[in-house]
Amino acid sequence: MTQTHADYQLSQLDQLEAESIHIFREVAAEFEKPVLMFSGGKDSIVMLRLAEKAFYPAKIPFPVLQVDTGLDFPEVLETRDNWVNRLGVKLVVASIDDAIAKGIVVDDGKTSRNRMQIGTLLNAIEENGFTAAFGGGRRDEEKARAKERVYSHRDEFGQWDPKMQRPELWSLYNGRIHQGEHMRIFPLSNWTELDIWDYIGREGIEIPNIYFSHQRRVFERDGMLMSETPLNPLRSGEVVEERTVRFRTCGDISLTGCVESTASTVPEIIEEIAVATLTERGATRGDDRFSEAAMEDRKKEGYF
Amino acid sequence: MADEIITGNMDLLRFATAGSVDDGKSTLIGRLLLDSKSIFADQLEAVEATSASKGFDYTDLALLTDGLRSEREQGITIDVAYRYFATPNRKFIIADTPGHVQYTRNMVTGASTADLGLVLVDARQGLTEQSRRHAVLLSLLRVPHLVLAVNKMDLVDFSQEVYEKIHAEFTQFATKLNIPDLEVIPISALAGDNVVNRSENMAWYSGPTLMHHLEHVHVASDRDLVDVRFPVQYVVRPKSDEYHDYRGYGGMVAGGVLKPGDEVVVLPSGMTSKIAGIDLHDKELSEAFPPMSVTVRLEDDVDVSRGDMIARVNNAPKPSQDIDAMICWMTNEPLRPRQKLAIKHTTRTARALVKDIQYRLDVNTLHRDQETKELGLNEIGRIQLRTTVPLLCDPYSKNRTTGSFILIDEATGVTVGAGMINSGS
Repeated sequence: MTQTHADYQLSQLDQLEAESIHIFREVAAEFEKPVLMFSGGKDSIVMLRLAEKAFYPAKIPFPVLQVDTGLDFPEVLETRDNWVNRLGVKLVVASIDDAIAKGIVVDDGKTSRNRMQIGTLLNAIEENGFTAAFGGGRRDEEKARAKERVYSHRDEFGQWDPKMQRPELWSLYNGRIHQGEHMRIFPLSNWTELDIWDYIGREGIEIPNIYFSHQRRVFERDGMLMSETPLNPLRSGEVVEERTVRFRTCGDISLTGCVESTASTVPEIIEEIAVATLTERGATRGDDRFSEAAMEDRKKEGYF
Repeated sequence: MADEIITGNMDLLRFATAGSVDDGKSTLIGRLLLDSKSIFADQLEAVEATSASKGFDYTDLALLTDGLRSEREQGITIDVAYRYFATPNRKFIIADTPGHVQYTRNMVTGASTADLGLVLVDARQGLTEQSRRHAVLLSLLRVPHLVLAVNKMDLVDFSQEVYEKIHAEFTQFATKLNIPDLEVIPISALAGDNVVNRSENMAWYSGPTLMHHLEHVHVASDRDLVDVRFPVQYVVRPKSDEYHDYRGYGGMVAGGVLKPGDEVVVLPSGMTSKIAGIDLHDKELSEAFPPMSVTVRLEDDVDVSRGDMIARVNNAPKPSQDIDAMICWMTNEPLRPRQKLAIKHTTRTARALVKDIQYRLDVNTLHRDQETKELGLNEIGRIQLRTTVPLLCDPYSKNRTTGSFILIDEATGVTVGAGMINSGS
């Protein structure tokens, strides 16, 4: 029986999966001490799933690192623990509170916890001697990220220099680093928000329940709906009311807004995103609104 | 609409764009993104606000694609960026390569993974040196499909004559190149003629619109499904009771179709065995083909490690330490004979010595300059390398994965060269 080329066509989702697995294996083979940055959000969960597939039936050969902002959603931390336990991977937690206590980062009352993640993360990478850190960044998220390489070189200060990026050819990744430097690795570079949701649906992946529609006490701030929580005190004029909402991203509680939505299943979420007119970050992330180059500026300093 | 794009089962087309600075590349990309509803309101608002604050009387769609601060400051595209859009049938990844500033290096980078190259020309200017250069590079990189988009047709009164002239001139030029599939499409990116919608202004044109062509060009047949090539990337050995005897070889299929029961040879050792099973996570597969990432198990306990290659017994690449290749040099310090570099080919890394620089290729005239004995930034030439360990290679014309390599400066760690193998001996 002759088979035609059409029988050997991979779907776009299978191609993305194959490329990501290739990247995970390449890093595990070539780097001394990789780590997977894990926030418990949907992208980092998809990364963990891909890493699981890359090394199966062996365990994932590197730990996961979570930067604990002290302002994380409890539902996200719970999902994080479920995944770590199921896969038997080691969890390293780098806490901003600890970093403040040790004087590694300074809480001046004005700097957001999001920004304080930078120093906390870089310190954890240095202290543990990690040489490669997987991140869940996608190029479709933001225009500075559209320029990001799959292997993104960081100097000994953890800085990204967008003008000095290494050309990336074919699937031949160059992982050379000097002592003290590290590489950020983005296996989801070519995935879009919709691909992530398609994959979560296809694979039946467990994600924090705040991504699905629920009743929540919220208030409006800067055009976004924020959660009522002692971690995010109300300002004058802000009124709390109960609405039917869900989250599109999981950052820290004080900066991550939710959207009104009745989507309670993955297919319903996909349907909602397919017609959404706002990007996930534009809709719900306060940290990207500071300036037109907010993401680029943070990335240069060492943000993921 | 929503129901149609949520399949996840559509296929993927990667294309690289090329063209000079003012050929309207950003406008075209902006138009493709806009018309496929891939631009979100907040992104468009940001671009509109920036355009207004800069005093423009139009919305500068290039701001959508110029992501870096310095790019917006200078109003130019510095680096390759990757963009995404989808139609109901296909997902697209655009490698948006800058028209100038280090053009060759960026074009080579963008084209290395592309299924299709899109070259824009300004209908008023006709073919320029730049268009020819881009076509040469796309052909050198073996991008199987090429589209010449004759843009700004609105500025030449949608003249069929102008289009025909450019078409003929390019077809004539293309006979010197290796371009298996060429489509020439007259468009206006600004007005939207023949981009997504058929132009009423060019009734004389009976070919496809650009979007229709991008959606339907057949790319599945571009992969080599005959010659089995499986570079071993990672040895999977669980240290657990349950999988005590499991030993699998992780990798991405670079060519051919692998099936359980196939007789295979492991290179460079030459040991033979049979495929016992092919795994993807907890599923056993009946076959694997490019570009699947799988784990292959063999029947015998042969010694296999990263950098080795699994192939069919009577169809294996020849291990070679002497490599003849075309190279694109990507750094300021020139490439010279006797230079030593690190080389990465499939999953194998070695060191290489530049034995000879045979010629420098003038990408404008295709002239081979044999006098020059070095290659500068963005120059392309033919070189001979001697490697410390044998590479398991194929000609690039046969297989873009086993025929390509990168060169790395061992002192700085920077990728300095992109190579395409002519032959090993």
